[in-house]
Amino acid sequence: MKVLLSHPERSVDIKGPKKAREVLRELNLVQEAHLVIRGDELITEDELLKDDDLVEIRPVISGGAQGLVTP
Amino acid sequence: MNCTKCKTKAVIDLPRHNAAFCTPCFTTYVQEQVAYAIKHQRMFGPDDRILVAVSGGKDSLALWDILLKRGYKADALYVDLGIPGYSAKSRKKVERFADTVARPHGAALRIHTVQEEEGAGIKELSDLVHRPTCATCGTIKRYQFNKAAVEQEYDVMATGHNLDDEASRLLGNVLHWQDEYLDKQGPTLPASVEGFAKKVKPLYRLSERELAAYAVLNKIDYIVEECPMAKGSKMLLYKEVLNRLETESPGTKHRFYWGFLEKQTQAQPASTSMAEKDQALLHPCKTCGQPTTGEICSYCKMMARARLSSSSARRSS
Repeated sequence: MKVLLSHPERSVDIKGPKKAREVLRELNLVQEAHLVIRGDELITEDELLKDDDLVEIRPVISGGAQGLVTP
Repeated sequence: MNCTKCKTKAVIDLPRHNAAFCTPCFTTYVQEQVAYAIKHQRMFGPDDRILVAVSGGKDSLALWDILLKRGYKADALYVDLGIPGYSAKSRKKVERFADTVARPHGAALRIHTVQEEEGAGIKELSDLVHRPTCATCGTIKRYQFNKAAVEQEYDVMATGHNLDDEASRLLGNVLHWQDEYLDKQGPTLPASVEGFAKKVKPLYRLSERELAAYAVLNKIDYIVEECPMAKGSKMLLYKEVLNRLETESPGTKHRFYWGFLEKQTQAQPASTSMAEKDQALLHPCKTCGQPTTGEICSYCKMMARARLSSSSARRSS
């Protein structure tokens, strides 16, 4: 499957079928800091991803200095 | 995995609550967390005028969306910092949201452009005053949001700070024993003296992941890209550390921050002690009139330094 990643934007190929949580683990990414999106649908970590799926792993962390007013 | 509430297919699991939700039940969960925060932290009432600080990111746009859908009178202010390759994109996201979602609710978007008002973009300003960009940005935003809220007579200013922002800030303050900042870590800061707007953080019960999920599920088009100026910031490191802990032990972040709030309330009513301290320490800035501890506020000092550096650079060239 093709997996799109951010920061920096890039894509990697991962062999399926694999559960979303296994894909995160393989990429050394923590669940709490990411969303897994298949096509344009948000999915849970136990969802099985197949070779023909287009998957986006979207980071959710933002923020600079302490006291920034608008995260 | 099925939704804990209605047993249909779930779209997100929340280990910290040992729950999973489908789209409608998750949206209800988010709305309920915000409603709880507003009520229990006495943030504002149904008739109050709210100014939301928006950046184009998921949190502030989700906050504006939630408040409008709950029927609040919420306008927004966007500060265009003039960051090359970033500010134009984030501004577009905010303007699009304002046109498609906010205006139909009767809400307005205000824009402050740093290049026009302060005479230079954020990077140039921080170079002129020899301060980190994030610190310069923080000073400008705090000043301009407060100024707009006071001058335009809003009852309260709301920011999109979430559970991760508050927990990581608390971790930073505790690691360095900056106990003087702990007083100001609550989700409601009163308008303690004339010239200070009341400030609230209605998203403090929701994590960044939950807010990103809310934005995706509600088709809010936000800027995913990280601010290029924030790279390597300590806040990002603290968040990363807390997320490692959260993954191993779900609920760590909310137990840390909410536990702190409980202890703070038990120690003394925060709003009273803070108001008393502020009234004893603060007086109007001699240049602009906004409350400050010194003679001149940090914003006016910074702008005076920027003007001085700029004119001496012109003389030497």
